[in-house]
Amino acid sequence: MLDPVDRRILVASQDGLPLCVEPFAELARALGLPQTELLDRLRRLRERGVIRRIAAVPNHYRLGFLANAMTVWDVDDREVSRLGPEVGALPFVSHCYRRPRRPPDWPYNLFAMVHGRSRAETEGHRAEIAALLGNACRASDVLYSTRILKKAGLRLALEPPASPEMSACSA
Amino acid sequence: MRSGHLDPIDRAIVAALQRGVPTVERPFAELAASLETTEEAVVARLARLIDAGVVGRFAPMLDAEKLGGAVTLCAVAVPADRLEEVAARLAALPEVAHNYERAHRFNMWFVLAVERPEQLATAIARIEAETGLAVLDLPKLEEYRLELVLPV
Repeated sequence: MLDPVDRRILVASQDGLPLCVEPFAELARALGLPQTELLDRLRRLRERGVIRRIAAVPNHYRLGFLANAMTVWDVDDREVSRLGPEVGALPFVSHCYRRPRRPPDWPYNLFAMVHGRSRAETEGHRAEIAALLGNACRASDVLYSTRILKKAGLRLALEPPASPEMSACSA
Repeated sequence: MRSGHLDPIDRAIVAALQRGVPTVERPFAELAASLETTEEAVVARLARLIDAGVVGRFAPMLDAEKLGGAVTLCAVAVPADRLEEVAARLAALPEVAHNYERAHRFNMWFVLAVERPEQLATAIARIEAETGLAVLDLPKLEEYRLELVLPV
């Protein structure tokens, strides 16, 4: 999936790019690559979608979004694929997915992350989703986040993980 | 620097940089010009925002699935007196991409992101064995929105 040079680039940059006016030149020097090759490789990784974007990850709380909630909904299976994109299009929803129910522990199949500056604002957003779902929704719940315990993203190691096929061959 | 101390230029920088920079030699040039400031000033403010924790990191955002890997959302119901212990065990696992404490019976929610799909089951089995807690595994079935950009 990743050739060794791509992997070195991503491992060297995943904790953060150099903070300077020409960060890619700096990274290329550190890796011993020509900057043009580094930029070409980054562009190809973006075209393939392996890199979504090269961006800053903001801390919601520090930006004043104090009421961040995972809202969860039990939506009729015949309606969820039609309603999900409508919920996802609401401006205060950052992520929206259909996931499996796990009865009896977990009856909800639609997840929408909602962000507000206060609980009152977030509850207002939740009411808007409820109104949109109408009778297709049988039950719902809200899970406010109380602490960020880890925020790292996918971690790549310099050595790719062993594939089971390879270990089977060498056995 | 708390959120109240971000000036309009800080906010414009966070707003622009969460959408991403172009893959070019001088990725901050366009943003600096639009803010009528210099690239050096943009970089200095970004460094300050990172120091202050307003921005976690400035880096390529990777898509595990496009790499041939997989992602899932998991939840555990952790007894109150074990929260720190279980959080520390999860933080130590490279497969755990992020983890949030939430006000609910299922009070710990984490995302597993791996380069090979079969690593998910291994990680879940290991977490269950290490903690003695049942893991609720909720892989996505359909994606209706993945847009991390917040209005700043």
